[in-house]
Amino acid sequence: MSEREVIIKVRNLEKIYNGVVHAVKGISFDVYRGEIFGLLGPNGAGKSTTIKMLTTVLKPTSGIAEVCGYDVAKHPVEVRRCISVVPQEYTSDEDLTGFENMMLMASLYGIPKAEAEKRAWELLEMVNLKDAANRKVETYSGGMRRRLEIAMSLINRPKVLFLDEPTLGLDVQTRAAIWEYIRKLKEEYDITILLTTHYMEEADSLCNRIAIIDHGKIVKIGSPDELKALLGGDIIEISIAEKEDISEILSKIPAVREVKKLDTSTYRMKVESGEKVAPQIIETILQRGFHVIKLSMAKPTLDEVYLELTGRSLRDEEGGEDMWRLRMTLRRARR
Amino acid sequence: MSRTAGYNNPLHGLGALLHRELAQWYRDFVVLFISLIQPVIWLGLFGKAFDLSKLFTTNANLPPAYQQLAQQTMLNIFGTTSYYAFFAAGMLSFIAITTAVFGSMSIVWDRRLGFLERILSTPVSRGVIIMTKVFSATIRTLIQVAVILIFAVALGFPTTYLTPLRILGTFAAVALLSMSLASLLILLGIRTTNYQRPMVVANLITLPLMFTSNAMYPIKLMPGWLQIVAKVNPVTYTTDIVRILLLNVNNGTGNLFIDFTILLGFAIVASAIGIVTSWRYLTM
Ligand SMILES: Nc1ncnc2c1ncn2[C@@H]1O[C@H](COP(=O)(O)OP(=O)(O)O)[C@@H](O)[C@H]1O
Ligand SMILES: [Mg+2]
Repeated sequence: MSEREVIIKVRNLEKIYNGVVHAVKGISFDVYRGEIFGLLGPNGAGKSTTIKMLTTVLKPTSGIAEVCGYDVAKHPVEVRRCISVVPQEYTSDEDLTGFENMMLMASLYGIPKAEAEKRAWELLEMVNLKDAANRKVETYSGGMRRRLEIAMSLINRPKVLFLDEPTLGLDVQTRAAIWEYIRKLKEEYDITILLTTHYMEEADSLCNRIAIIDHGKIVKIGSPDELKALLGGDIIEISIAEKEDISEILSKIPAVREVKKLDTSTYRMKVESGEKVAPQIIETILQRGFHVIKLSMAKPTLDEVYLELTGRSLRDEEGGEDMWRLRMTLRRARR
Repeated sequence: MSRTAGYNNPLHGLGALLHRELAQWYRDFVVLFISLIQPVIWLGLFGKAFDLSKLFTTNANLPPAYQQLAQQTMLNIFGTTSYYAFFAAGMLSFIAITTAVFGSMSIVWDRRLGFLERILSTPVSRGVIIMTKVFSATIRTLIQVAVILIFAVALGFPTTYLTPLRILGTFAAVALLSMSLASLLILLGIRTTNYQRPMVVANLITLPLMFTSNAMYPIKLMPGWLQIVAKVNPVTYTTDIVRILLLNVNNGTGNLFIDFTILLGFAIVASAIGIVTSWRYLTM
């Protein structure tokens, strides 16, 4: 792990708005080249503020942040040349067409016209917007706009891409489609991605590593599996045909912890990694001449991890507030 | 991975941003139409309704000698016998003042819409972002000036001195005024999400700028203190240049060179303040 190239380095980064709002309270983390790194936390945790500092649009109050080897405060122009961002709010110009928005972005990066056109069509194709390319953006659906935003941010072939809540307010299918694009572009364009989200499933399914952020502080960093392991592992439940007590036998399997007999023939145990241990359990039981009639495995969810670490459930905060934020985004986008 | 080096030009992005800015104006027919027709309406209403020369000449029973005296008085005070022509020249500055605020409003909207966050994360220079707003206000002003000149002539503005060179000089003077005002007004927009802020300030200063200049009323008839204010008001110099060029009327400092130098000084100082400040303070 340690030899991997660090492409974003953050040390004690802090932001106080107007001398009063302590939005980010000294966070530190590394992002390695080629990974998808997630900042997971509820609204107001300081995710957007962190992204704004890393993308040089907001000056940190204190601390250090380096992106692509450049300090964001001292060499902002070098950082800007190497990154791209899809902000939380829709930023494309509604009065222009999708293609015009692409070309506008290209010119902001100083990309020559011919090259820009080539890239624009290639990217529009990638996000399935080729047919809508010459329509005004105001006619786009939410999912189309998000896809356009992503395509726009790839026009400069960034090394690092920042995605601030890339699926905020989108329905389930659209969200899954956006995840596909994100995975695809990571593979095709060799990009490092830092994304923020307050959706557990998103962090879980997309990110190589996650930093859980709450009230401006990072509570824990790790891969989704590592974070889940904090809870003490997966739960396996097994039922056998026989009535004999096999608690002893199960406890002797090295990877198994905390065996609990639920009724005459059902046992529940905690194991470190369910997929690896389940076959061992079955094998052991069969060897002893017993018959397995049912086996089920439950993985701990990130939601439980979050609850354990912060004392609150992320899910409580979705619903209502989410809709409110979606409306804000739409209202801001209206003219 | 191949990366394009197009950053060498420090002004890259200016053309594209400027085009976006102006497209919001000219692609919306209603906005375009109203912003072009508005100064024309004012010109027609004020210029024709308040024809001060009529004060002296309406009474047809007056002896010719008296009428001649009235004409002479008009010439002495306004430099021309037509208040309409006098006023029309002042209108050009008025357009520059009312249009200058749009650059500032537009940057507030860019912030509200998230567009600003996006462009601030690109290698486009902060100075270019500000220049876009200033130039778009200036270009709009110049187009409005062209339209109003055409209408002014249709409504009886004398055409004797309308040579290409004099018209060009007029445009240059109005452009300098527009750049000065837009650069200063932009400071009101760079740190706020409240679009009313530039608007109320613009409303506050528009009429005082007009009335403390020679745009509507000659300086020499003003009280002493007001004359001093008028002397530091860039509108005075702009209007002066326009009257000298288009009407061959001389009622200000009377020197094109001095007028232009002062106006240029204003523009340089104002844009320097605008650009340097935004460089420093234009962030999210
Ligand atoms: N421009 C601002 N001025 C003052 N406070 C702000 C500003 N932007 C965000 N905040 C505050 O900072 C905190 C973190 O906000 P943000 O970074 O947007 O959180 P997140 O993106 O995780 O929802 C919140 O309390 C928010 O109200
Ligand atoms: Mg946010």
